[in-house]
Amino acid sequence: MTETVKNTFLFAIVGGLIVLTGFLQSWNSALLILNMGLVSAIMAIGVNLQWGFAGLFNIGVMGFVALGGLAAVLVAMPPTTEAWAAGGTGIIISLLLGAATVIAAVLVRTWMHAGPVRSLAMLAVIVVGFFVYRAVLDPSVEAVEKVNPAATGYLGGLGLPVILSWPVGGLLAAGAAWIIGKIALGLRSDYLAIATLGIAEIIIAILKNEDWLSRGVKNVVGLPRPVPYEIDLQNDPSFVERAAGLGMDPVTASTLYVKLGYAVLFLIVLGVLLWMAEKALKSPWGRMMRAIRDNEVAAEAMGKDVTRRHLQVFVLGSAVCGLAGAMMTTMDGQLTPGTYQPLRFTFLVWVMVIVGGSGNNFGSVLGAMLIWFLWVQVEPIGIFLLELATSGMADGPLKTHLLDSAAHMRLLTMGVILILVLRFSPRGLIPER
Amino acid sequence: MDFLNAIVALANFVLIPAISYGSQLALGALGVTLIYGILRFSNFAHGDTMAFGAMVTILVTWWMQSVGIGLGPLPTALLALPFGILGCVALVLVTDRLVYRFYREQKAKPVILVIVSMGVMFVMNGLVRFIIGPDDQNFADGERFIISARDFRAMTGLDEGLAIRTTQGITVVTAIVVVAALFWFLNRTRTGKSMRAYSDNEDLALLSGINPERVVVYTWLIVAALATVAGVLYGLDKSFKPFTYFQLLLPIFASAIVGGLGNPLGAIAGGYIIAFSEVTITYAWKKIAIYLLPERFEPDTLVQLLSTDYKLAVSFAILLIVLLFRPTGLFRGKAL
Repeated sequence: MTETVKNTFLFAIVGGLIVLTGFLQSWNSALLILNMGLVSAIMAIGVNLQWGFAGLFNIGVMGFVALGGLAAVLVAMPPTTEAWAAGGTGIIISLLLGAATVIAAVLVRTWMHAGPVRSLAMLAVIVVGFFVYRAVLDPSVEAVEKVNPAATGYLGGLGLPVILSWPVGGLLAAGAAWIIGKIALGLRSDYLAIATLGIAEIIIAILKNEDWLSRGVKNVVGLPRPVPYEIDLQNDPSFVERAAGLGMDPVTASTLYVKLGYAVLFLIVLGVLLWMAEKALKSPWGRMMRAIRDNEVAAEAMGKDVTRRHLQVFVLGSAVCGLAGAMMTTMDGQLTPGTYQPLRFTFLVWVMVIVGGSGNNFGSVLGAMLIWFLWVQVEPIGIFLLELATSGMADGPLKTHLLDSAAHMRLLTMGVILILVLRFSPRGLIPER
Repeated sequence: MDFLNAIVALANFVLIPAISYGSQLALGALGVTLIYGILRFSNFAHGDTMAFGAMVTILVTWWMQSVGIGLGPLPTALLALPFGILGCVALVLVTDRLVYRFYREQKAKPVILVIVSMGVMFVMNGLVRFIIGPDDQNFADGERFIISARDFRAMTGLDEGLAIRTTQGITVVTAIVVVAALFWFLNRTRTGKSMRAYSDNEDLALLSGINPERVVVYTWLIVAALATVAGVLYGLDKSFKPFTYFQLLLPIFASAIVGGLGNPLGAIAGGYIIAFSEVTITYAWKKIAIYLLPERFEPDTLVQLLSTDYKLAVSFAILLIVLLFRPTGLFRGKAL
């Protein structure tokens, strides 16, 4: 069996699993799995760029994904005019002041000679800058959040088509990645891991607490969509007629139609990214990346700027994660900061990449679809298994406890899968060529 | 009088909470730093090791409470602590045997071990949630306060009260005892010395006849004990919730890196630095400012630099500053 046949076979199995879900459960849930699988595949490509190509360990995927979600809100929601009038300028000015403070501190550092005077000057610039920033920011934030807090209470977005937010999400994530990479790359490899872990937690904290930006835990709902609304389809006589022609009732047909619409959009993005990642992998740039990954010292001796290349690929990979985040928020139609869990968005993507085969783009895509399928289906399976195991038991606290705990089976299963794959098949399902 | 009141308020709201939180972080960071120094990887499962040890302790505590064993004014958890440590030791030794040893023999790159430790983290996290559930658990009992705010006010006649909770007192005393024992062990005993030698230079240590597996086992023993103690103290002082232990990972790593990874003294200093910065930056200084400043300057805001929701941001900012200016940490890491 040649490699291509084997890989096609593997993809066919995952496709078959999703089709099976369609037949056994419902086509709606099958398409949901497919869509989230496609988004996860894009995240996995991003992580594979960093880990598979360059050996960088990023455990802040969640943060970059959330930044993409923020981009969807900032680009697509209609602006809240009263809020802008109340405090928009103040917030913009204060953010500029904050940036100016950082720049001033950097300038002090570059211009003055090293010594206690410089440290004191930098500290003074930062402290004064911080208080000025807060003095301008606080009243504006209060004014903005007072504007109809039940419905808006935030600045809103730009009111542009939501598709535009996808590249913007990538850009936001790239910006955050650049800052982190600039600081943590070039040091010991685990420092990047800790720094990314931190930035992810902080991005989520900002999304949860800065109500003027994205309504915090009050969530932004009703994001505009790139595909038609179900209700419009159901009121469209020609659509109802076509659905009837296929023997479906209009409600089911419209939900399926919408999900298929997303699937097509996601497939296009995934296809383009996959093509670009493959090109990059096979180009001299990709070979250089892998050379650096396999032996940094040798690559450096050959005149490669390891830290810069690492920064480059780190920013690129994070941008892909941000793009995927914007796509996911678009599909959900809402930004809910409370749902961003590191287990779900960072760790799961890592399992996808490693199970699929790090260093191989197709492997990442396969891993993403497979693991997402398992992630969705492990819970019902876990409940079923536990029910089976406890069926002989008398009703009691232990039995209820075991049945209640089924939800935590996911964490355990995914952790065990990761450890087993790393140990017995570290190259994954589709190994790197 | 106002000045005294200000000092008491400062002690009550800043110094005492920061000291006890700092002790908990220091104990956690010591575990991370020992693993880094001897096994040479950043153990991301440390937060969940703490949670596991604390969980075993909680289960034993509940059992003791139900059969009526207690320590009177002290929390029963102190009696249950040795059992928690035993449970945690068993867990980490099994993990090491099943998971880490394979990579050690292969001499795998540290980053692979870090990823493996992430997998272990999720298994442990799942175990803890499976056994005790994801919710808050309260297991503190005994006397709540060493000095309550009301008694303090009655004693001194000041307006401000100073409350010292029993758990805070226990945290500090236990931390001092544990740290003293650890340093005595590392510096005075044969095993401790062999651990330091192994950390300094693996090859030389092997040549001089140190058994690496023995060193590794001892390291895990100590780490499990430290993690359980830290986890139980944190749980007593605040509350036990599996997810908060995962979130403790960031301040713990920040403490270890600020002090210099691999350096136990640094880990302790780092723990207090992080704790004090977190508490002072997220504390609302209005009360103290009112005591100290003349009436004209009295602030009308809370004088809070950052809201408490950004506690994590403080440890992160300190981490970044250290990485920028002194990546080896304040105490020059990697020397045990």
